[in-house]
Amino acid sequence: MTDKKEWPLWEVFIRSQHGLAHRHVGSLHAPDAEMAIMNARDVYTRRNEGVSIWVVRASDIAASSPSEKGPLFDPANSKVYRHPTFYEIPEELGHM
Amino acid sequence: MYAQMVKTGVDHIQSKEEMSPEERAFQDRVDQNIKIEPKEWMPEAYRKTLIRQISQHAHSEIIGMQPEGNWITRAPTLERKAILLAKVQDEAGHGLYLYCAAETLGVSRDELMEQLNSGKAKYSSIFNYPTLTWADIGAIGWLVDGAAIMNQVPLQRCSYGPYSRAMVRICKEESFHQRQGYDIMTKLARGTPEQKAMAQDALNRWWWPSLMMFGPSDAESVHSAQSMRWKIKINSNDELRQKFVDQTVPQAEYLGLTVPDPDLKWNAESEHYDFGEVDWNEFYQVVAGNGPCNRQRLRTRVKAYEEGQWVREAADAYAAKKAARAKAKAA
Repeated sequence: MTDKKEWPLWEVFIRSQHGLAHRHVGSLHAPDAEMAIMNARDVYTRRNEGVSIWVVRASDIAASSPSEKGPLFDPANSKVYRHPTFYEIPEELGHM
Repeated sequence: MYAQMVKTGVDHIQSKEEMSPEERAFQDRVDQNIKIEPKEWMPEAYRKTLIRQISQHAHSEIIGMQPEGNWITRAPTLERKAILLAKVQDEAGHGLYLYCAAETLGVSRDELMEQLNSGKAKYSSIFNYPTLTWADIGAIGWLVDGAAIMNQVPLQRCSYGPYSRAMVRICKEESFHQRQGYDIMTKLARGTPEQKAMAQDALNRWWWPSLMMFGPSDAESVHSAQSMRWKIKINSNDELRQKFVDQTVPQAEYLGLTVPDPDLKWNAESEHYDFGEVDWNEFYQVVAGNGPCNRQRLRTRVKAYEEGQWVREAADAYAAKKAARAKAKAA
C-alpha cells in the first residue's frame, strides 16, 4: 500500500428520462472526468436509471452554509403576494 | 447485522437537562424526524458512531462479495452465472454508496480502506463462513440478504440524510438478491433427492449464523439505547431476529425443508415462533477473528488491493498526461 494519493471526489447527476432535469444521485472517486462518467454508469445506472450523466468535482461546488439558512431564505417568507392564492378573484369569473 | 455491536462512546444516556444548547437543538431535530445533513452541527459521538456503523456496513458489502464470488465460475448455467455476477456487482455498488455516505462525515476513503485492509475494522460475522456448495448461494440470498433487509428497511428512515438515501437505493436492489436466492432454493428443493439434500444442508449450515447476524440481545446495551435515541438504529436486535424467524420459517416449510432447531415451535399465545438459544460463544469467536474463513477473507481482500495498485497508478498517470496536454493546448 504505497499509494496515498486519493482520487478526487465527483458528484454525480443523472437525467432519468428525456424531459426531466438532471438530479443528484451520489458521489464517487475517479482520477478524471472520463473515468468518473464510466464509474458513474456502473455505480448508479445498473438498472436503466438514466439517459444522461453529469459529473462535477465535489471541490468545484460552492454551497450555501446551513447556519446562514435564516438570512438567506427568510426574506421570501414575508412575500405572500408572490403566490397566486394571495389574490381573490370573483367567483363568477371562473378559473383564472 | 451488517454492522454489529457498534459502540457509541457514551456511558449513559443524557437527559435533556444535561445537554448543551446545541445538543438539545440537535436532539429536538432528530425527535421531530428532521434529517441531519453533512454540514450541520452534530455531536462528535454521533459523527464517530455513524462512521463506525456505516463503514462497517460498507466493509461487509465488500467482503461479502467473496463467498459468492467463489461460485461465479462454477454456476450451473450461463443464466445463473449472469445473475450471480449482477448480484456480486450490486454488492460492490452498495459498498460504494456507503463509503460515500461515510465520507460526508469527514473520514477519507483511504482511511477506510486502510482500516479494512489492516484488519482494524470489523465487518459482519456472517461472511466468515465458507460457501461449500451451489446451494449455499441460494441460502445466502434467501437467509443472509433476507436478514439484511430486515435491518435495512427501517434504516431508510434513519436520521442521517446520506445514510438514509444510500439505504433507499440499497433496499431497492436487495429485494432482487433475496428473491434470486429463494429461487435457487426452490429449484433445488423440487429437484432430485440429492439436490434437495443439498438445499437442506445449506439451510442447516446458514440458519444459525444468519440469526447471529442480528447480534446478541441488546436490551441492556447503553450503546443501542443511544443509537436508537439518535435514530441511527431503529429496532432492537431481538425484535429484528424475531421478525426474521417469523417470516422465514413458513418459507422453509413451503420448500419442504426443516429449520435445524429442535426448540422451534409456533406460540399461539404470543403469535410468534419460539426458538432455541443461539450459540453466542461461536459468534464471539468469529467476531474475534477465529471463524472458519476470517484469515482467508482478509488475505484475499489485501491481495486484490495490492494487485490493483498498478491499475490505480496507470489511471492516475493517464489523467495527469491528459490534463498536461489540455493545459499545453490552452497555453
